[in-house]
Amino acid sequence: MDSIFNYYAKWIRNGDLKVSADWNKDLKLKFTLHDPCQTVRKSYGDPIAEEMRYVLKKVVGEENFVEMHPNRSNNYCCGGGGGSLQSGFVSERREYGKLKMEQIQATGATYCVAPCHNCHSQIHDLSEHYKTGVHTVHLWTLICLSLGCLGENERTYLGPELKEVGL
Amino acid sequence: MDPSGAVVISGIDKKLSLKQRVADMLPDGGNLNLCLTCGSCSSGCPASGIGDMDPRKFLRMALLGMEEAIAASPWVWFCSMCQRCLHACPMKINIPQLVFYGRQQVPREKRPKGILASCDLALKHDTCSAMGASEEDFRFVVEDVLAEVRETQPEFKEMQAPIDKREAILFVNQNSREPVTEPDEMVPLWKILHRAGADWTYGSKGWAGENYCMFIADEQNWERIVRTKARAVDDLGCQVWLNTE
Repeated sequence: MDSIFNYYAKWIRNGDLKVSADWNKDLKLKFTLHDPCQTVRKSYGDPIAEEMRYVLKKVVGEENFVEMHPNRSNNYCCGGGGGSLQSGFVSERREYGKLKMEQIQATGATYCVAPCHNCHSQIHDLSEHYKTGVHTVHLWTLICLSLGCLGENERTYLGPELKEVGL
Repeated sequence: MDPSGAVVISGIDKKLSLKQRVADMLPDGGNLNLCLTCGSCSSGCPASGIGDMDPRKFLRMALLGMEEAIAASPWVWFCSMCQRCLHACPMKINIPQLVFYGRQQVPREKRPKGILASCDLALKHDTCSAMGASEEDFRFVVEDVLAEVRETQPEFKEMQAPIDKREAILFVNQNSREPVTEPDEMVPLWKILHRAGADWTYGSKGWAGENYCMFIADEQNWERIVRTKARAVDDLGCQVWLNTE
């Protein structure tokens, strides 16, 4: 059993995935990373958090990555886990997530990478609810963008400035 | 909820009180009664204060045997069992596990309907999809989306999205949200696997990544789902069960 993040990193390191951050050289869009509790603290620990950062920096450019605090195994849960998205306690879930949203906003990044479905749904909802303007994206979207092969219909979560980049 | 209302001292006549169940899980030399009440758990918990509860208070209530008051609080559903408290605790007290047991104290039919339905739907098919997608549903949507990509994006006209490919190295799972509600989101993943030259497959059985039976604290069905998925990986002779985003 393994996580695909370890494979993303391996494939980039050994040259199987020829990613490039050139698309963001002039745009200089800033990205932060939410460490999913399930993947990092609860499963693979800090080593996988490093692999995620390695991949993200390769695809958006090191200078465009902004660290969130606290992070890695010390990260705060976004509030999307444990079944909360289906539990019906919506206002409590959003109250829970307010702290995470503030941590995201403190980075100044316009994009938050949330490579976990529960986290992605929760942070996307939080961002809309609290009207932050932060976009919530999967890592796979950015990898394809950096490979120059992200299709038109695969950009649901990107902001308007990225709707046509590399098409 | 009002925890001051119902103080019930129990634990003597119950074989497995919450307190005992958590004490049993402590690492060697750990002592639940040595909770320092330092509050490291609560200070780093986003669920602190929601519903007038926090991890430290929750643990103290369990230690005091206030199990009925705990059962009456919906806080066990506000906590996401993220383990930030356990990570911060100098005594390594597993409060998230206590919350899990707290969820089990609630009769199954009274647990939150949405989580319950997701668990029950996952038990309907061997796909383990919490959205109830069947083997045929999954195959249809994967083949349909793949056909469109191959047709409209010429550089991917050779791309595959195999299902039940025997002896593939990677058995890739997929959250039900994609095939059911936003199938185009599967495509970037396929492209990455394609570009990397990965030898991979989905399984018509066990492809779903999620497991809500864990969240509803239904241990038996949680295990059943995990075993169904693991069997699907083994039956295809795959080497790695690969969790995706």
